[in-house]
Amino acid sequence: MAEGMTGLVHKYLRHDKKFPHIWCPGCGNGIVLGSLIRAIDRLGLDKNKVALVSGIGCSGRMTTYADFNTLHTTHGRALTFATGLKLSREELTVIVIMGDGDATAIGGNHYIHTARRNVDMTAIIVNNQVYGMTGGQYSPTTPYGARTTTTPYGMVEHAFDISALAVAADASYVARCTVYHAALLDQLIEAGIRKKGFSSVEVLSNCHTQFGRRNKMASPVKMLEWFKENAVRMQAASKMKPEERAGKFIIGVLADSERPSYNEEYERARERARGIRNEPKPPARCEG
Amino acid sequence: MSGRSKEGKILLLQGNEALAEGALAAGCRFFAGYPITPASEIAEHMALKLPALGGTFIQMEDEIASMGAVIGASLAGVKAMTATSGPGFSLMQENIGYACMAETPCVVVNVMRGGPSTGLPTLASQGDVMQARWGTHGDHPVIVLAVSCVRDCFELTVFAFNLAEKYRVPVIILSDEVVAHTRETFVPPPPGEIEVVDRLKPAVPPEWYRPYEDTGTGVPPMAAFGDGYRHHVTGLTHDERGFPTQRSDEIDALMRRLFRKITQGFHEIQRVESYRMEDAEVAVIAYGSVARSARRAVLEARERGVKAGLLQLITLFPFPRRCVEKVLKQCRAVLVPEMNIGQISREVKRVHRGSSRVETLNRVDGRLITPREISDCLIKMYY
Repeated sequence: MAEGMTGLVHKYLRHDKKFPHIWCPGCGNGIVLGSLIRAIDRLGLDKNKVALVSGIGCSGRMTTYADFNTLHTTHGRALTFATGLKLSREELTVIVIMGDGDATAIGGNHYIHTARRNVDMTAIIVNNQVYGMTGGQYSPTTPYGARTTTTPYGMVEHAFDISALAVAADASYVARCTVYHAALLDQLIEAGIRKKGFSSVEVLSNCHTQFGRRNKMASPVKMLEWFKENAVRMQAASKMKPEERAGKFIIGVLADSERPSYNEEYERARERARGIRNEPKPPARCEG
Repeated sequence: MSGRSKEGKILLLQGNEALAEGALAAGCRFFAGYPITPASEIAEHMALKLPALGGTFIQMEDEIASMGAVIGASLAGVKAMTATSGPGFSLMQENIGYACMAETPCVVVNVMRGGPSTGLPTLASQGDVMQARWGTHGDHPVIVLAVSCVRDCFELTVFAFNLAEKYRVPVIILSDEVVAHTRETFVPPPPGEIEVVDRLKPAVPPEWYRPYEDTGTGVPPMAAFGDGYRHHVTGLTHDERGFPTQRSDEIDALMRRLFRKITQGFHEIQRVESYRMEDAEVAVIAYGSVARSARRAVLEARERGVKAGLLQLITLFPFPRRCVEKVLKQCRAVLVPEMNIGQISREVKRVHRGSSRVETLNRVDGRLITPREISDCLIKMYY
């Protein structure tokens, strides 16, 4: 495993260009990046045909280190850049890395609409429940009651469920995982990339520096234990009562369906514009 | 559009349609936008025409997203454009700055309407001139063109794409409600006669490619994503390889190159049009729809014995200083009529060193300045 991973590091990271990285020791971003390159390797994708797009924040720096076509965009807007990219160059496998603030606060609208359009790309949301890079302010996913630098008396707002948002917006594939469950994460990212249409993979990640220290989990180990103890597989969760689910992280595949991607739909529109008769297909899946 | 676009056929187009046709003629194959008066017809025309050409139109969730998608498309190697009006233009500023920093060619159209805020959606204004210049944060050069008629809308959009591609910058086209919705006859040039410039691509193998290298022109060749170069693009201040830097020498070199590449191109970027300036003693400096009123006003004034002329600014920024200075030297008085309280007039005054007078004529009631208003001023200034 160790040797195999070294091989992958040399194959997929800009190890001779852009290291050391800026992340804190023990940061969950490394685990996510590891899972991502393992998934890409297993899929056997051509590096020249992979575009890795990111927003702003600690997770956003992932694009600097990975040896693909990499695009580090503005805060919250990664999905919009990725949309332009995918619609103009369909052969690219587009993977978007965002943080929780990126995807649900400043970029929440883009997240909803990219999912609704079903643009063929995979969004990986590194949810560390805090704004780490700017000094530990609360984000839309900070748990109720948690202490951050802008909730010194406890979080009074209620958290966003990122994956539920993607399910509601009809994304083709929605999954959640934690950095503790790295082997599962490999599989979920791989399945997400394989999926035609919009895939959302939310990963609960540890920011012990900014979140853990203020919430009695000052080390990466403590935070990973928190994920381990509170993670519940999708199948088990479906048998639980709503009050039992409170504070738990439901992991696994939350939604998986078939729907034509935006590119496919638009290609049909191009044909109609050229006079080829093909009436719009009814939606592949029904409401409810 | 009424009438078919066969070669040599006369078309009756509104400014917005001509602008979209200009974009298509320039090779634009991606448009992302959000509906807004008075710019929506540009999006509608692109939505109609792009699919059959193999291009892509997408209506995004807002103008921030539209600008993001345009940059994404451009990085994929496709010529891209968006169009909006004042409120949407404000939202685009963030990513326009990104396009400046990451040197991503694209064209942004702002069909100006009255402001601030929601303002006057259906009435004309020239209130966004300085927003076009300084709208995004940070020190940056910018190219801004102003259209005044249907022909301009077509030709200057082609010019805008050519500049964007050549200099790797976002180019802003300022139109206004009057130009956008006025219908005029127009004969489009045959496609073969339109000069179209494409971005320079790298000629070196990927391992030698430095995506932000300083070249003689200051404009580095641009690889598209998927071409095998696997480079990094960021809005962070970066080194020649495109990676973030905090080294002062690299920061300074990047910032100065961004300015230098535009400065070196002044001769072709800065366009003006002189009308009856040969013997003029008083002159109008105008742009956009007001320039058309001014042209008529010059004729009216000349009928009354006034030696009047017009300098029409086509390029607003980089400000065509030399051309304006020449007029200021030649004439004893210069009038700058604008549909704002004075934005370009401040630029004219800034470069003014001589003894001539600089007068302003401002309308901010949503109505076009009439030829009569301008000619009256010219007559007063002359006698």
